[in-house]
Amino acid sequence: MSIDVGFLLEALIKIVVVFHIVLIILAYTVYAERRVLAVIQNRLGPNRVGPQGLLQPFADLLKFIFKEELVPLAANKWLYLLAPLVALVPAFMTMIVYPFGGTVNLPWVGEIDLVVTHFNVGLLYVFAMTSLGVYGIVIAGWASNSKYSLLGGLRSSAQMVSYELALSLSVIGALLQAGSLDLVEIVRAQGGFFGLGWHIFWFQPLGFFIFLISAIAETNRIPFDLPEAETELVAGFHTEYSAMKFALFFLGEYANMLTASVLATVLFLGGWQGPFVDQFPLLGPVYFLGKVFFFIFLYIWLRGTLPRFRYDQLMNFGWKFLLPAALFNIVLSAIVALFAL
Amino acid sequence: MQSKEIVVPTASITALRRPDPLADQRMTMSLGPQHPSTHGVLRLELVLDGETVVEARPDIGYLHTGMEKTMEKEKWQQVVTITCRMDYLNSMGNDLGYCLAVEKLLDIEAPERARNIRVLLTEMNRITSHLVWWGTHGMDIGAMTAFFYAFTEREQMLDFFEMATGARFHQSYFIIGGCRWDLPGDFVQQVTDFLPGFEKFLDEAKKLVTGNRIFQRRTKGVGRISKQDAIDWALSGPTIRGSGVNWDIRKSEPYSGYDTYDFDVPVYDGCDVWSRYLVRMDEMRESVRICKQALVRLKDPGPVLSDHPKLKLPERDLMKQHIDVMIHHFLLASEGFTVPIGEVYFPIESARGEIGYYIVSDGKERPWRVRVRAPSFINLAALPKMVEGQLLADVVAVIGSIDIVLGDVDR
Repeated sequence: MSIDVGFLLEALIKIVVVFHIVLIILAYTVYAERRVLAVIQNRLGPNRVGPQGLLQPFADLLKFIFKEELVPLAANKWLYLLAPLVALVPAFMTMIVYPFGGTVNLPWVGEIDLVVTHFNVGLLYVFAMTSLGVYGIVIAGWASNSKYSLLGGLRSSAQMVSYELALSLSVIGALLQAGSLDLVEIVRAQGGFFGLGWHIFWFQPLGFFIFLISAIAETNRIPFDLPEAETELVAGFHTEYSAMKFALFFLGEYANMLTASVLATVLFLGGWQGPFVDQFPLLGPVYFLGKVFFFIFLYIWLRGTLPRFRYDQLMNFGWKFLLPAALFNIVLSAIVALFAL
Repeated sequence: MQSKEIVVPTASITALRRPDPLADQRMTMSLGPQHPSTHGVLRLELVLDGETVVEARPDIGYLHTGMEKTMEKEKWQQVVTITCRMDYLNSMGNDLGYCLAVEKLLDIEAPERARNIRVLLTEMNRITSHLVWWGTHGMDIGAMTAFFYAFTEREQMLDFFEMATGARFHQSYFIIGGCRWDLPGDFVQQVTDFLPGFEKFLDEAKKLVTGNRIFQRRTKGVGRISKQDAIDWALSGPTIRGSGVNWDIRKSEPYSGYDTYDFDVPVYDGCDVWSRYLVRMDEMRESVRICKQALVRLKDPGPVLSDHPKLKLPERDLMKQHIDVMIHHFLLASEGFTVPIGEVYFPIESARGEIGYYIVSDGKERPWRVRVRAPSFINLAALPKMVEGQLLADVVAVIGSIDIVLGDVDR
């Protein structure tokens, strides 16, 4: 068995490039959230650091790095330090399967796939990784040794476990139609009808909405942001975290948001597919990022508009409405897959 | 004198008390005093069973500044600077209550224009207070945008206060006998132009928060207190009107000419957070109605301060001619006036409920005792009754719905 140096080099370069692209997207998601929220709320938002405040993410990063590292005396030190990493690393590991575009022909390089790697269980891999994130939150809630954190950790574990069921069940319809778990194959399956053969238009609108709601709950965002409900639990599981450790949680949350947006785009909105993408493959990443940013905007928009659910209402909604609806959608999709396709 | 020994049967009491099997599974959590949604420095000691509140004990006093005692050291006219600092969101209402109480002791009445100015400004103040409540209540339940919209509107109203009184927050504009000075030039016109825009904002508020299904689910049936309980706990203001009791001092014991205004008292009988919410939202509209009527009446000029010799400084020309007028001016400016011996209780309807001033005068130039019946304090006492058995998330909703101001609770 010989190691293919070219293959290894290609993968490494792709990882570095994608990692940086995603980091920049995340940094500017935070910035965009603050600016868009400001527009919604009739105020200015950060506009002092750099032109229009564009350097704000870097200023924030520097601030986080230079803040004092505090570990509460009563905290379980190792778990306390471990938790932010457990929350962040799996969230970042999902990015290797983001399909940014189809196969493009670049000058000097030749034909490459705009994805770090695609393997046949890509979706399962993403779900496995995002589910690991809950451990970070639970460990943080426990290790902080604070009552607010504990309640926040409890809430989030209950919430994420409940909504993961509906989340996983809601995508099965799309998988039945695509016939694959590989994210790239799922996107390719939606290429018909001049690049508009998206699953949301063809038989999966219900699945899409269930997925969207569960994904928002899964990423702990308003209206499902109970784990960090600031008016009840101060800051929930990360009450005791400060400096860079807090920033890691923060980044993890946004990385999860991005992953959820990417999944929604890939599974239901046709990934990089769109009109004329076959003729101009470089349009692919534009379509893809455009759709992802639409979902991120949706997250911010919801945050600017909606109040928060209560714990018991959230559980009722998840188990009594979303889960049966997702099951119903599977039956529906199975019938569609049998007779219509 | 024989001392009688009282034997307290402590042992028997503890024996009678049944052991609580769940006692060690409960968690005592301290909500506050530094907490984003306790509206100041309220501390709540919550005993939680999971997320359910078993027991709630409000702990107050973090903002106690001895205001009632300080009032005894100030001259009658100077006390106004303290009253507006108690319930700082409803400062005009506080001033008005004090001024009316002392005016009753002095047996004088402010001129008609002063009465109308007072009604206009206290109603505008009620609106600003309700706006703060609306914003923070929305924020407690997670709708953060409401907060910014509310404060944008409130800012404009505070600008009007600044225009009329020179201060945005602690106006001290109402004084015993009337108002400190007349309203500036086109104040009436500018407020008249502003009010329709504000009514439009109220429609928008209805769309943003009132019509929101999640908000309704968070508030309906939460924090209930029955009609009888509300009366027994001596609640007042929107808190009791949300329990179906039609009790508004502006109607039942009209003051400052409220009986000549045409307005309704919104009453809802859901007894929950949602009803209290609706009461306050409707009250803002009613306040706008009152403001509009007051603005029409303020078109005609007139004196704004009673010409009672104790209150009005003598004319400059007369001072130069008569030595006794000169002496009167000197005494009034240096010592202040005296108030006849007696005591009075005067309640008015503030944004939070019945704020009453019980004032005792010993005939000197300073009050002997001022005691304030603060609506926040008494409404807060019923909080444990409202939250017990509810979920933790409901606690903040209920605190928001009784709209306490800690400056008013602790004084």
